[in-house]
Amino acid sequence: MSVQEVEQGRLRSPFYPRQSELDRLNLWHEWKGFSSADGFFDTGLEYFSVRNSTGVFDISPMTKYRITGPDSLDFIDRLVTRDMQKIRPGRVAYAAWCDDQGQVIDDGTIFHLREGEYRLCSQERHMSWFRAAAIGMDVDIADETLDIAALAVQGPTSYSILRQLDIPGLDELKPFGLLHADFEGSELMVSRTGFTGDLGYEIWIETKQAVPLWDALFEAGRLYGIRAIGTAALDLARIEAGFIQAYSDFLPANATVRPGRSRSPLELGLDWLVDFKKPVFNGRRALAKEKRRGSTWRLVKLDIEGNKPAHHSYIYPAPSGQKEVGFITSAAWSPVCKQNIALGSVRTPHGKPGDRLWVEIYYQREMHWSRVMAEATVVEQPFWNPARRRATPPGPY
Amino acid sequence: MAERYDAIVVGAGHNGLVCAALLAKGGKKVLVLEANERVGGAAVTREFADGYSVSSCAHLLYQLQPQVEKDLGLKPALVASGLHTVALAKDGKHVRIVGNEVSGAGQDDADSYRRFHARMCRYADLLKTYVNQTPPRLGRDAPKGDMLTLARLGFDLRRLGRTEMREFLRLIGMNIYDEVVERFGSQLLRGAISLDAVTGTHLGPRSPNTILTYLYRLAGRHAELCQPAGGMGGIAEALAERARSFGAVIRTGMPVRRIVVENGRAAGVECENGDAFSSWLVVSNADPKTTIMKLVGTRHVETGFTHRIHHLRMRGNVAKLHLALDGLPSMSGVDKREYGDRFIIAPDENYVERAFNHAKYGETSASPVFEITFPSFRDTSLAPTGKHVMSAIVQYAPYALREGWSEKSKKAFIDTCMQVMADYLPDLAGRVTATELLTPADIESQFHVTGGHWHHGELALDAFLFTRPVGGAAQYAMPLDGLYLCGAGAHPGGGVSGAAGRNAARQILKREKSV
Repeated sequence: MSVQEVEQGRLRSPFYPRQSELDRLNLWHEWKGFSSADGFFDTGLEYFSVRNSTGVFDISPMTKYRITGPDSLDFIDRLVTRDMQKIRPGRVAYAAWCDDQGQVIDDGTIFHLREGEYRLCSQERHMSWFRAAAIGMDVDIADETLDIAALAVQGPTSYSILRQLDIPGLDELKPFGLLHADFEGSELMVSRTGFTGDLGYEIWIETKQAVPLWDALFEAGRLYGIRAIGTAALDLARIEAGFIQAYSDFLPANATVRPGRSRSPLELGLDWLVDFKKPVFNGRRALAKEKRRGSTWRLVKLDIEGNKPAHHSYIYPAPSGQKEVGFITSAAWSPVCKQNIALGSVRTPHGKPGDRLWVEIYYQREMHWSRVMAEATVVEQPFWNPARRRATPPGPY
Repeated sequence: MAERYDAIVVGAGHNGLVCAALLAKGGKKVLVLEANERVGGAAVTREFADGYSVSSCAHLLYQLQPQVEKDLGLKPALVASGLHTVALAKDGKHVRIVGNEVSGAGQDDADSYRRFHARMCRYADLLKTYVNQTPPRLGRDAPKGDMLTLARLGFDLRRLGRTEMREFLRLIGMNIYDEVVERFGSQLLRGAISLDAVTGTHLGPRSPNTILTYLYRLAGRHAELCQPAGGMGGIAEALAERARSFGAVIRTGMPVRRIVVENGRAAGVECENGDAFSSWLVVSNADPKTTIMKLVGTRHVETGFTHRIHHLRMRGNVAKLHLALDGLPSMSGVDKREYGDRFIIAPDENYVERAFNHAKYGETSASPVFEITFPSFRDTSLAPTGKHVMSAIVQYAPYALREGWSEKSKKAFIDTCMQVMADYLPDLAGRVTATELLTPADIESQFHVTGGHWHHGELALDAFLFTRPVGGAAQYAMPLDGLYLCGAGAHPGGGVSGAAGRNAARQILKREKSV
């Protein structure tokens, strides 16, 4: 009797035919109904491809909504905290959206594809909330997650690789810009966006053209160190870039039960996304109050002494470790920065840039647990933020 | 430059008038804009046939809060008070109810009713305190005053005594059916109490919290039935007179198209005829759905709030049937001088529940329940000499009738009503010279109440006190600066009580002072 594969009731990415050829680890997890790879060959090497050449991460499972209709701008402008009037067609906005209590439901990117036509991408699904937000507005919201295949092409050589595909306007494409091009008769959308904090692009195409696009991309990248990467490499890169993630660094407000377990954008370091000049947006009244009274929590980026990642650690104001003031939400040893880095949530007034805090790190050596109280400095800038991320046109590497 | 007022009240319903009067009394320059040609909203008397007039919606006054009368110096003109309720029986052996007395149901039921009535009134008195004030806000950052109110509510409950408090808490979420079946033997009495608990709602006697709706009816004046002079319009006119005397300007025939929102706050209103008026204070007597979805526009408020307002239950179920009669119809077992009383057709509690069954599925009741009055019996201004009008509240006639409200479906429902009433008023049909049926759809279009719902939203435990109309907006202030609600959709609810209007005015004056 032969051994049968267990059906898991998960969707496969449109890129699966190619991913499966590269897969040597068989490490897959569930991402919103899809199977998504932790890694394909070696997660460490995959990570280094993002920082030194190009890593390709499959973002097809990401939730994608197409928002159209006469009220699409009004709808989005009320939905998110930032001013969407400023986002012209051909531009992309990183944004967060809140409930009426000013607590973050999720964050994501909003692509202004054409006048009045938007694509909103997020980790979680939000149709019911968006439907509620659309009451009384002439707007059409369609989930196009299954219709669009997408790849994040990230790393210093990503520009050189995409140049091989003869995409008009690529040279002038600025960070958070997008363009439409033709790929074998289908519309290819290219945006200069990503989740790695490095030079990089995301490319989007209808699902049936997924494999031809993959093939063309990997052919173009053959001499530029292109490599498929999984979530493990991406997660490390995003912590270095200081990007937060739902279910790691905050819980979607609608997934919390206990009071105080959700976070406002002000508590997640997203103040710059909150535009109080807008007369109305979801959460405005609550956030204005919070702004006046002060927030309870603050998101911190920590540079920690030593080399042991501070996973799940408590944060203390003093090495005595008497009274904790917060906890770590994401932690890693950063190979490219050679720093022990973490993101965490601490109670105000602690956690101002430059503050010194202490984290209690537990680690295991041959089964036995040890504990170290490590000093941590609150830093303001992302740990990894190279100039090439912003250069237009990007240089060849 | 639009004319500027301190406050604009949208809608001259009775609550709008109470609110406007109190705001004007408080020193505000107030403008009231009413869509219809007459003040009163649904509290109005209209001529429905040549020479025949009747209260278009509510026809008996039993909830007008004494505090409202006191604050306004209002003395409502009544042609009768302390009306009896006559629960009609086909065989003429009617049961009569007034105050705590029941006759015709036997000594046991008379005793039970006295006890039942005393207890219900005790609970209603407790409720009355809270009906006549802004409900406290709950939550961690609730103001001190609200915490005190809440503490007092707890204290008042506790003061009922251990047994009574338990009984109150047991009853408040319960249905009236279980209670009447447990307490009374007389089916007519059970039916009558059941009817009082469900009038104006999308509830049957077996629906939860129909004891609450019964208590709500008693809160204020223990539901002493009065007939206002000139119909309910008389009350509205009196309120308008009080409002004007304090300096409020009332303009009728001025439907408001939208509430103007500027820079995230209410800034005035714009009428259908293009006239615009400015004010930093806009008080809406319209129902919450009309106010938010139509007049303000959802884009000016936040999503969670919009969603809750959108889902308010506003399924009106009450029809009003008006008949012009060339003489009083005969009723066996009813004395001539009793014709000024209130007659009900609700022969037992199951009859009422069965009548409701149809409404659940978008049908009119095959055997509806009735509350019948002959207002012209005591008030001769309502009909030509020697002639009479009949005003009947008929349940259930669902707003969302499956086949849709049309002349045909209205005719069919009138026929049903006449057929049922024929058992009790055998010569009624022969005396009818004109008929008017107002379905919830008519009430919606003529009185601008979403769903034609009496209470501007179901009166239920999930939409009561702290959560009426919805959580986070229960203190009359809407989550849009400068916008308030003062109608039945706000706490405490519908009925000609004036409580919502009074509470709203007091809350507005208090808040404006603190700003």
